[in-house]
Amino acid sequence: MSTDDRQPALLVTADGTVFAGEAAGAPIPIATGELVFNTAMSGYQEVISDPSYAGQVVAFTSTHIGNYGTNADDDEATAPHCLGVVVRDLTVTPSNWRSAEGVEAFLVRHGIPALTGVDTRRLTRYLRQAGAVPCAFGTAPEAELRAAAAAAIGTDGLDLVSGVTRSASATYGDGPLRIVAFDFGVKSTMIRQLAALGTVTVVPARTSASDVLALEPDGVFLSNGPGDPAALPGPTGTIADLIGSVPIFGICLGHQLLATALGGSTFKLPFGHHGANHPVQRLSTGVVEITSQNHNYAVTPDSIPDAEITHRNLNDGVIEGFRSLKAAAFSVQYHPEAAPGPHDARYLFDEFRNLIGPPAATGSR
Amino acid sequence: MPRRDDLKTILVIGSGPIVIGQACEFDYSGTQACRVLREEGYRVVLANSNPATIMTDPATADQTYVEPLDTDVLTAIIEKERPDALLPTLGGQTALNLTMELVELGVLERYGVEVIGARPDAISTAEDRDRFKAAMEEIGLEVPQSGFAHSLSEAEEIAQEIGYPIMVRPSFILGGKGTGIAQDAEHFTQLAVEGLAASPVGQILVEKSIAGWKEYELEVMRDAADNCVVVCSIENFDPMGVHTGDSITVAPAQTLSDVEYQAMRDDAFACLRRVGVETGGSNVQFAVDPATGRRVIIEMNPRVSRSSALASKATGFPIAKIAARLAVGYLLDEIPNDITRATPASFEPTIDYVVTKIPRWAFEKLPGADGVLGTRMQSVGEVMAIGRTFCESLQKALRSLEQGRAGLNADPSETDLDAYDDDALLDKVAVATPDRIFELEAALRRGTSVEVIVQRTGIDPWFIRQVERITAERARIEAAPTLDKAGYLKAKRLGFSDAQLAYLRGSTEAEVRADRLRLGVRATFKTVDTCAAEFEAFTPYHYATYEEEDEIRPSERDRVIILGSGPNRIGQGIEFDYCCVHASMTLRDAGYETVMINCNPETVSTDYDTSDRLYFEPLTSEDVANVLDAEMAAGGRVVGIIVSLGGQTPLKLAGTLPPELVLGTSPASIDLAEDRERWNALCETLGIPQPPGGTATTTAEALSIAGRVGYPVLLRPSYVLGGRAMEIVYDDEAVRRVMHTLSTGVLAREGGVTAERPVLVDRFLEDAVEVDVDAVRDSAGEILIAGIMEHVEEAGVHSGDSACALPPQSLSTEVLAALELHTRALAEHLNVCGLINVQFAVKDGQVYVLEANPRASRTVPFVAKATGVPLAMVASRVMVGQTLVELRAEGLLPPDAVGHVQTLDHVSVKEAVLPFDRFPGVDTLLGPEMRSTGEVMGVDVTFGLAFAKSQMAAGTRLPDSGTVFMSLADRDKPAGLEVARTFVSLGFAMAATLGTAGYLRANGITVDTLVAKVGEEGVASDAVDLIAQGKVQLVINTPRGLGPRADGQHIRMASITYHVPCLTTLAAARAAAGGMAESRAHPLVVRSLQELHAAVGHTAP
Ligand SMILES: Nc1ncnc2c1ncn2[C@@H]1O[C@H](COP(=O)(O)OP(=O)(O)O)[C@@H](O)[C@H]1O
Ligand SMILES: Nc1ncnc2c1ncn2[C@@H]1O[C@H](COP(=O)(O)OP(=O)(O)O)[C@@H](O)[C@H]1O
Ligand SMILES: [Mg+2]
Ligand SMILES: [Mg+2]
Repeated sequence: MSTDDRQPALLVTADGTVFAGEAAGAPIPIATGELVFNTAMSGYQEVISDPSYAGQVVAFTSTHIGNYGTNADDDEATAPHCLGVVVRDLTVTPSNWRSAEGVEAFLVRHGIPALTGVDTRRLTRYLRQAGAVPCAFGTAPEAELRAAAAAAIGTDGLDLVSGVTRSASATYGDGPLRIVAFDFGVKSTMIRQLAALGTVTVVPARTSASDVLALEPDGVFLSNGPGDPAALPGPTGTIADLIGSVPIFGICLGHQLLATALGGSTFKLPFGHHGANHPVQRLSTGVVEITSQNHNYAVTPDSIPDAEITHRNLNDGVIEGFRSLKAAAFSVQYHPEAAPGPHDARYLFDEFRNLIGPPAATGSR
Repeated sequence: MPRRDDLKTILVIGSGPIVIGQACEFDYSGTQACRVLREEGYRVVLANSNPATIMTDPATADQTYVEPLDTDVLTAIIEKERPDALLPTLGGQTALNLTMELVELGVLERYGVEVIGARPDAISTAEDRDRFKAAMEEIGLEVPQSGFAHSLSEAEEIAQEIGYPIMVRPSFILGGKGTGIAQDAEHFTQLAVEGLAASPVGQILVEKSIAGWKEYELEVMRDAADNCVVVCSIENFDPMGVHTGDSITVAPAQTLSDVEYQAMRDDAFACLRRVGVETGGSNVQFAVDPATGRRVIIEMNPRVSRSSALASKATGFPIAKIAARLAVGYLLDEIPNDITRATPASFEPTIDYVVTKIPRWAFEKLPGADGVLGTRMQSVGEVMAIGRTFCESLQKALRSLEQGRAGLNADPSETDLDAYDDDALLDKVAVATPDRIFELEAALRRGTSVEVIVQRTGIDPWFIRQVERITAERARIEAAPTLDKAGYLKAKRLGFSDAQLAYLRGSTEAEVRADRLRLGVRATFKTVDTCAAEFEAFTPYHYATYEEEDEIRPSERDRVIILGSGPNRIGQGIEFDYCCVHASMTLRDAGYETVMINCNPETVSTDYDTSDRLYFEPLTSEDVANVLDAEMAAGGRVVGIIVSLGGQTPLKLAGTLPPELVLGTSPASIDLAEDRERWNALCETLGIPQPPGGTATTTAEALSIAGRVGYPVLLRPSYVLGGRAMEIVYDDEAVRRVMHTLSTGVLAREGGVTAERPVLVDRFLEDAVEVDVDAVRDSAGEILIAGIMEHVEEAGVHSGDSACALPPQSLSTEVLAALELHTRALAEHLNVCGLINVQFAVKDGQVYVLEANPRASRTVPFVAKATGVPLAMVASRVMVGQTLVELRAEGLLPPDAVGHVQTLDHVSVKEAVLPFDRFPGVDTLLGPEMRSTGEVMGVDVTFGLAFAKSQMAAGTRLPDSGTVFMSLADRDKPAGLEVARTFVSLGFAMAATLGTAGYLRANGITVDTLVAKVGEEGVASDAVDLIAQGKVQLVINTPRGLGPRADGQHIRMASITYHVPCLTTLAAARAAAGGMAESRAHPLVVRSLQELHAAVGHTAP
């Protein structure tokens, strides 16, 4: 199929703003979800397959999406969890030696609807004002889309994690060091980075503290994941129980949950951070890392007792990382594993390794 | 880290004249840097020999030395100014190389000057391909298999083990000069020899060719705290084997997965750190094997570059500005991003559009050049276009080139390709040339598969499929019974121009425009904001596209729109951008909001803070009309449009604009000056003599005029710049030839000869002195003669190619009076409001007018630098209604600048810089068709000294001793005698061809070496051999007699190949001899513009 003859379709937001486009991806008359934008210029496959996008429709600001196709290695999860994709221009026939499947075929295979030909810049400027909002899009008549958008729900107060976490635990890598990783919607690249440190057991989000400790971990990792941290009292409690008894490292949602478990609180950002170019300052050295980010919620300033802020976002001052002064625990809001994005912050996995200390020291148990 | 307080004075070295590979992008970077350093409170001393730059405006630096870029001169400047630091990274390869020389000479050490931006060691690690290769291997980056050679034998050994095809690259060169790809031993030997000669250090890299791989560039920055960012990734449409400067390039990179991109990013930073670039911007080039993703690093430039200028314009991230701040100690996170204001510079721009750059070449002016693109850069300029899709930006870029194309074919010129059958066409597509992109689309249209084209060109399939979309859309447009709103939108969003739609629909551009506007299909303007709209942008830097939202902010202020000059080309270069920028500056001072429209990414005019609003758009009637509509809709008042400062580009558009909006001299008067009939009539009535002549639209007419006025005659099309296609002919045969070429092919397309644009046939005045006069006239009728320039070379050598002196040196007071009188009369009767340039030829005391241009001329910046009168600013104010009286009162114009600006205490010489060293096949003889790419200026107390400086600045280093070789036309021999005497008295030995030698000997001059012309056997040593063996230090060769002027070409070519200065006119030889004599007698003295102007009582803004 040529990129340039498609069926007209519309995107309507909860407040009734309309954007014109053409239907692409899985043929679904009406798709709904919370609309967010991502400003990364490469890595659409990693973004689409990132479980953190559960419940959301992601709009790419970069014009041409699909140029280099898709391939199994770049998937961040076995299947995408986002509810839709919105682009300015979708490439049908990819060109890249690594490509196994075109992005449109990929979307169709995973049943994900898309909208192409959209003035995504207008959309972004709109979201910058309105914030992440529910939307509906598809080939259905405008009136139906309006109704669907008005009825569509956002992510506030929703537990989206149970929808993306695994049902049974699995083990990756080897080596003396034992790491237990909570899967709140973990990305494959994170598991790969951890597996480089030792044996990683990835466990379901609802795994209890005692079950975790039974695995005699040298360290516990809290993964990224979708939605509102405030909607996850269960995991938060579990983490609270683990704090102090084992070194902990959290990323993104894991960071928010650690903060909450330590007594801190979170809030929703106007339109979140979704991109691969956010400058984050590492306060200990003053060095700036260009980071990959994907979150709508953030840790409330000064809300965590006995914690030291270690990283800040230079664009808007948002807390990007902290460490507990009481227990061996630290976390970052952004994505040091990248995928997509710069590798500037990969050192954090080594810091986790150092926090754990040499296997000998932990072998006592 | 805050600003460094231990530094007070900083020396900045500019890049000198515009040459191929180093154009006005360095004026843009250099100007930004100087301004920033001054804002930071440093005293800035600037050295740059190029008068046509904004950088050399007296207001840009504290002390501005328009002096030759040469170590002796720089040493003198350092001695005088005692700078604490030297910033070498903003003046291109020229500044880097000079800095390295100053280091080696111990000059910087002696005067305690610190090199900031890039340490000398880092520079040599990056520029010395030997050290670079070693360094990269050390950090595990792959480079193409290669070896280094300092001799031909060494080179051949290496070639043995690597195997063909082989790439040859000299060390320390620029723009791929002396590089090439050899398929076999024979070609290799030739390249190796040339390469060894081209490298200033006589070293070449013999490297495995990876032509056909994908080529990428990353523009990166690093600060003193080791923060690194990628400003922009650029992907070459043309694969490896075509110089990036000659490639169509696209930003951001399109065909790299994030995995590949991030790995490349890591490599770039590793390279930066290893090379040791502590602060500032660098350009890192990579090649990627499309089949395996294998990545090798090609080179890195530890300085701002052509690509960093492009990256700055493509992203809105001002690399040079920030590099300058980093050089004086700031960190990236301490510098605000002035587009978002909210965010710091320590981030990576993300863009939501596609940028396409297309080079512009000048092969039509260089007969003998094969026009095939390779690893040596040959383009003279470039355009950039911004669109929301690649297709849109590609088509916008193609129409920005101003080569009579409306986009990617779908215009009358496409029929040129009908002549080729499918195989022939495909063979053309396989060879990289300026027309390849058009041939490629035509091939697709004829049904050639994407795969076949990929296989024949190595161009990435993604790009070709995008072109295929344009082809498919074209078919749809042709087939549609009518175009509805959706139909127009689809076409527009793929970049189709109204002209293309008109061609495809068999209607007119006006009809198409009216029809789509009626349907509500109009351009919307988006903003370049570095952040894909994530944050609010404050900088009004816009491009047109067809979307749902328009971002132009309303404004209540009075606005003036300035039409820029488009891509640099021979005949229309940086001088015109200078004028447009000055208009913007001075009109902002006068309280207007200025709006700039231009599509040249190298320029200062397209810097987002030069004007209040910047529209990065093609200069076509459609695109300008779109901007005009937007500005009209934005509220306030559009006072008018300036069309007379950007050369021919805006002038050609004047007719398409609402007449009441055209500021300054009316389009009517402009036409009057261009329309030969009426122009002749005017000169008649004013009693101003012209060379006898007439206008012809047919060969017959041309022949009869020639018969009437007598040979030689000069033929030239009207409405061209730079003496395009102008020829001096000596017989009927030649007349027929010229008329034929004018009515066919490219030239016809450019309006070579049509009823409206007849060919001018004039008597050619031989051995006449040519004079340029620049003047300005205000609405009250006051006229100021700003400068009278006497050319060194005789009339017949294009004004743009000949050296000239201000004030004139040999003209009698009567002649001067006549020149002034005629200029005034013409300005008066053309009812000029603004600038006028008149060219005269003086023969036997008789003054003839050659042409008058009621617009900014090439010499405006030179005149301004020489006299201290900011001519372009004055003219701009005059065009919005101010009088010279008012401008004197305001202080913009010096109080004594009345009637005729006098500068008697110093002489300024402008010399042209020619591109011949890049086009070995081309004759270097100067003629009425302009071929210079740039200019330099030499200033001193006498003409001789100033001329000598101008030669030094132009790179023609006149020798101190050795042998001068003369081969003169008979008519030049008497004058040559005197020149020869001077050389002998200076202690030079003489060599001469038989005829010349005979004449000199007969007049008592010892000729040490007899030289044979080709054909003359035995009698004497061969000219070319002598030059090749370095037995000659200066060549003076003037063409023989009146015949076709190609005689002696082999001599001139040899001098180019072996870098021996070669003068082709006796006038120049005389000036050179005089200059050499004087420079012997006087020590070198450097003077800044500020000193010079103060001496004349002028301190120009
Ligand atoms: N090994 C090679 N094989 C084929 N082409 C090459 C090779 N190395 C360089 N090139 C081509 O030559 C051009 C100029 O080489 P480069 O090192 O970038 O010189 P410059 O300093 O003039 O930019 C490059 O843009 C690339 O297209
Ligand atoms: N009648 C003539 N006799 C001798 N030289 C001439 C004559 N007319 C033009 N020329 C030469 O041709 C050059 C180019 O002509 P000009 O009209 O200035 O072209 P352009 O418009 O490109 O500047 C002039 O600079 C001058 O040297
Ligand atoms: Mg280079
Ligand atoms: Mg290069």
